[in-house]
Amino acid sequence: MARINAQNQYYKDLNKLIRSCGESDIELDNVMGQRFIACGMKGKNFLIHGVPGNALGAYLDGSSIEVTENAQDAVGDTMNEGRIVIHGSVGDACGYAMRGGRIYIRDCAGYRAGIHMKAYKDKQPLVVIGDAAGSFLGEYQAGGTIIVLGLKQNGKPPVGYFCGTGMHGGKIYLRSDYPPFDLPPQVSCREAQKSDLDDIRVKISEFCSIFNMDKEEIMSKHFLVLEPNSANPYKQLYTNI
Amino acid sequence: MAINYIYPEYEVVRNYDRCISCRVCERQCANLVHHYDTKRGKMICDESKCVACHRCVALCPTRALKIVKSDHTFKENANWTGEKITNIYRQAESGGVLLASMGTPKNYPVYWDKILINASQVTNPSIDPLREPMETKVFLGHKNDKIVRDQYGRIKCDETPQLELQVPVMFSAMSYGSISYNAHKSLAMASKKLGIYYNTGEGGLHEDFYEYGPNTIVQIASGRFGVHPDYLKAGAALEIKMGQGAKPGIGGHLPGAKIVGDVSKTRMIPEGSDAISPAPHHDIYSIEDLRQLVYTLKEATNYTKPVIVKIAAVHNVSAIASGVARSGADIIAIDGFRGGTGAAPAAIRDNVGIPIELALASVDKRLRDEGIRNDVSLVVGGSIRSSADIVKAIALGADAVYIATSALIALGCHLCRSCHSGRCNWGIATQRPDLVKRLNPEIGSEKLVNLIHAWQHEIKEMMGGMGINSIEALRGNRAMLRGIGLTREELDILGIKHAGE
Repeated sequence: MARINAQNQYYKDLNKLIRSCGESDIELDNVMGQRFIACGMKGKNFLIHGVPGNALGAYLDGSSIEVTENAQDAVGDTMNEGRIVIHGSVGDACGYAMRGGRIYIRDCAGYRAGIHMKAYKDKQPLVVIGDAAGSFLGEYQAGGTIIVLGLKQNGKPPVGYFCGTGMHGGKIYLRSDYPPFDLPPQVSCREAQKSDLDDIRVKISEFCSIFNMDKEEIMSKHFLVLEPNSANPYKQLYTNI
Repeated sequence: MAINYIYPEYEVVRNYDRCISCRVCERQCANLVHHYDTKRGKMICDESKCVACHRCVALCPTRALKIVKSDHTFKENANWTGEKITNIYRQAESGGVLLASMGTPKNYPVYWDKILINASQVTNPSIDPLREPMETKVFLGHKNDKIVRDQYGRIKCDETPQLELQVPVMFSAMSYGSISYNAHKSLAMASKKLGIYYNTGEGGLHEDFYEYGPNTIVQIASGRFGVHPDYLKAGAALEIKMGQGAKPGIGGHLPGAKIVGDVSKTRMIPEGSDAISPAPHHDIYSIEDLRQLVYTLKEATNYTKPVIVKIAAVHNVSAIASGVARSGADIIAIDGFRGGTGAAPAAIRDNVGIPIELALASVDKRLRDEGIRNDVSLVVGGSIRSSADIVKAIALGADAVYIATSALIALGCHLCRSCHSGRCNWGIATQRPDLVKRLNPEIGSEKLVNLIHAWQHEIKEMMGGMGINSIEALRGNRAMLRGIGLTREELDILGIKHAGE
């Protein structure tokens, strides 16, 4: 195991050091806003103390990252495989175009979480957000699953405005008593059925065990399922000349 | 209702004296124009389906067919042209956006055709490229502002990653999905033979083409289709698509009907699902955000590959390019508004953006004025039609050009502008296996190689005529250009004198 003190290190130097470090388990101390940590990395385990900067784990290709505090924007941008755990909240555009792997956020996510998320065959990305997400959650979502548990929302929809705009694939599960008031026309909302609840139960188990949460208590509340109305939302818009 | 009736734009003229009813035209036409009438014992046609792609004409063994523009006309009106009237009929019927393909056919000025190239006479002798070496090789990428030497005093050349081109031409982005497997293969094979690069477009890279990685530019667009670490590592350079000349300010949308088989696999989205690339990258709202994506890609590839940022030529393109040059991009690609597309709303294609000639001249000047021209290379596209266009582009300040329409024409495209239908009879802009196989990649790549070699030779001839033996000495050499029939304002923007001055 390697332990690197990130204090006062420029991101380029820090990332160079990480890339040249042969160890598979890497612990970073005093991280403060350094960008692109673990970008595109494969087969490593990171434990990060401090607040990493933007694009943590972008293009991640099968590494595991655990952050003991908050993280900033673009966590797991275009992530391909692996796991990112945040013991706190993340900034905007978390999981942009994510195409595989899992992101677990204990508290909140900013705007545009899970935007452009995609799935293909065995690549089924998952984002679980413990409390709430900002506006534009799952915008243009094309696949994968986003779960927002609203643990401190007392049954209010745990999302901001325009949830799922442009959605044409995948699923969003919201633990909420009633739907967001401004769902766009591309998105349909229904009560979770048994099969959905079973799916949620499986998908939040790892989240619950990491953050020491009571799965049954979480499951005891009401869940809604947001799905796209069509895989071809723009089909009728054109006239050939 | 009869008001919706639109008379066919083209007529199929069949010389029945020559027609032997072999039915080749019927088999070749994916638009189902021709069929054999067994009762009457002759070929007949429905010209309302004809797109004037000339497939039937080219394959008719007895030269019995030709396509002519119909002389059927509305009452003549310079303002309300037949096109404007019929488009209103169409839209009043469907309520849809008019969808078109390829570059705008509108009669906008083509500045290349209003620029003339210089040649030496008497004092500065011209050079004969047949007997003297002429250099057309260029390197694209960030150039250091000072020379760095190693401990033995030798110049270090590999400080920043560069693309090495034997000819200053690259095949610009066309996605697998918008064009066929065989079209992509032709481009890939030709790039390898020519020592240049082709561009995947935003549809990912087919697994069969990873072997052409050293000659491949991989593109990253807002939808991030088929983008994963292996894809980034496969390419020689990475291109962030911010805009496209044919449709500045709007995104791409490949309909679910085209997401079939390997296209679905390469894009990594399920069959039948729409592929939506919205106009903005939703993580880029500023130059600082662009810088973040540029450096994410550099970090992910360990600073081994140049990053290209492709923008459309729009009104403030020079200010935008200045920002892009400061974002850490190594190469800026500018796509002019006459550039092609597999599908774009006609209103956008025909009305939005500016010509590449003006955009290039103004960007090159702006970057020079700001002292950052060498921080980036400039690649321009958006209707480069000949070697002369390339010479003019380089003299206006480009490092290299991107061609796509020209390349497709070399592969057999007849510019029928119906790519969006998915029924390309030449096997280029289609995913129908029976049509795709009409394009043979071996022959296709040979035609591309021929074209670029021919252009390279012409470029050398023109350079030789100017007394220039290295393309580097032509770059930004606007003294070699003169305008013809241009206003003072146009000449000022292009930074050239008028012929005779």
